[in-house]
Amino acid sequence: MTPAGKCQPDHVSPLQQTHSTATPTGPQTQMDHFPSHWGKPRQDNVDPYSPMPLYSSLTPQVHPWEEPITRTLNPLVTGSSVIALKYKDGIMMAADNLASYGSLARFRDVERLYPVGEHTVVGASGDMSDFHYIKHVLDSLMIKETYIDDGHVLGTPHIYEYLFRVMYNHRSKFNPLWNSLVVGGVHKKEKYAYVPILLNLKHHNSNVKLRLRISCHLRFLGYINLRGTTYKSSTVATGFGAEVAQPLMRKEVEGKEDTLTEEEAIKIINTCMKVLFYMDARSLNKVSCVEKFRNFLSH
Amino acid sequence: MSHNHRFNPYENNGGSALAIAGEDFCVIASDTRQSIDYHVNSRYAPKAYKVSNTAVLATSGFHADGQTLVKRIGQRLEWYKHAHDKEMTCPALAQMLSITLYLKRFFPYYAFCVLGGLDAHGKGAVYSYDSVGSHERHAYRASGSAAELIQPFLDNQVGFKNQANVTRRLLPLDTVLRIAKDAFTSATERNITTGDCLEIFIVTKAGVEVQQYPLKRD
Repeated sequence: MTPAGKCQPDHVSPLQQTHSTATPTGPQTQMDHFPSHWGKPRQDNVDPYSPMPLYSSLTPQVHPWEEPITRTLNPLVTGSSVIALKYKDGIMMAADNLASYGSLARFRDVERLYPVGEHTVVGASGDMSDFHYIKHVLDSLMIKETYIDDGHVLGTPHIYEYLFRVMYNHRSKFNPLWNSLVVGGVHKKEKYAYVPILLNLKHHNSNVKLRLRISCHLRFLGYINLRGTTYKSSTVATGFGAEVAQPLMRKEVEGKEDTLTEEEAIKIINTCMKVLFYMDARSLNKVSCVEKFRNFLSH
Repeated sequence: MSHNHRFNPYENNGGSALAIAGEDFCVIASDTRQSIDYHVNSRYAPKAYKVSNTAVLATSGFHADGQTLVKRIGQRLEWYKHAHDKEMTCPALAQMLSITLYLKRFFPYYAFCVLGGLDAHGKGAVYSYDSVGSHERHAYRASGSAAELIQPFLDNQVGFKNQANVTRRLLPLDTVLRIAKDAFTSATERNITTGDCLEIFIVTKAGVEVQQYPLKRD
């Protein structure tokens, strides 16, 4: 495609062209021999065949400091609070099923609690698209760990540490994942205990110890926020829940983590979700609740 | 393109720490409250970490940066151990911490560190840092949100400043522990981000011992 008025024979090599007015040179007037340029927009400000620089650019170059920022700086579709507590047999976590678009209650059947493996659940408040991304990251992490196939499964503290690094590294690149995450689960930990046993042998030095392998189930509950701040506690709440539900939970749970029964824990969660529905303008009366408890029958 | 709502990558999680050096020990104390503005995140989120048998690092400020800094230091300590077949001494660690902080001069770790431990001669050593690595060795130092409350108290009681007819000396361990506890109970009264639980690390040539005492939870 040549501009009107130009007449250029195809067989003339670009290097042999002269700067005559009859056959003007210029951008995009020749066949482009480089396949890597095909299918791309015209770059008329660059003429690779002319030794003379072009000072006027037809398509202005966009510098990184001029183009729009494409990172999350404001959360758009958001979930409200997530609350969680430790009780005697495990942990319990609850979140409502609403994803708001500002003040519009846009999506009313969103599951904000996500199980990771058998023993961990991650709950998120904040931007739901960033949570969607986190779910994919966790899935691909669990898949990679599974096909290593060495018998090890990532436990709750490992997921927690991994998410801490993910959130922190994102904030360090000024591209935060705008979420407050709650990570909870029951983590099986094997320990070795050395128990001295008495041997009734006359000449034997009875310093013998028996090595016992003990499997203990540890409840884990932690919080990670968009800047990478983390903490572990027996009660955790994000967003509005931190203002309203956390004091209620702390009063009921602190000190009683090892004696609180499942029914009592359910009652506390119900009270907190009810109060949140009363007080939080961005909440819904449809709630999901997850329990992670140690199952004595399975290992 | 307005920059008014620019994302702030830092957060101040509050808390304070102090360290006092003795003749053959070092005491590092820090509270364990983690807060964001007026909200308490956790009553037990430790800010002081044992990094080696002869050094304890207390970081106050932004908890995630403090934790990441301790991880980096821990990794460097491991490399050192494998490369040199010995533990890094506290003065060497102090220099390395300064360099590690300065490497992020243009996006700092918002962690106000106090490093306490034993120097090469077994005497107590305290090093304090700003967020970009400026450091100095002291006999005692307070850092964090209640630093302005605790430091003058230490100046008078540990440094014997403005006291007449008194022999200036390094204090014994039980006196230092009493001073540390008193400093924190006072700081807890007036500083909102300090409180909940006091964790004290005592570094001696036998190793590092940890003690915990409750502080006011209001």
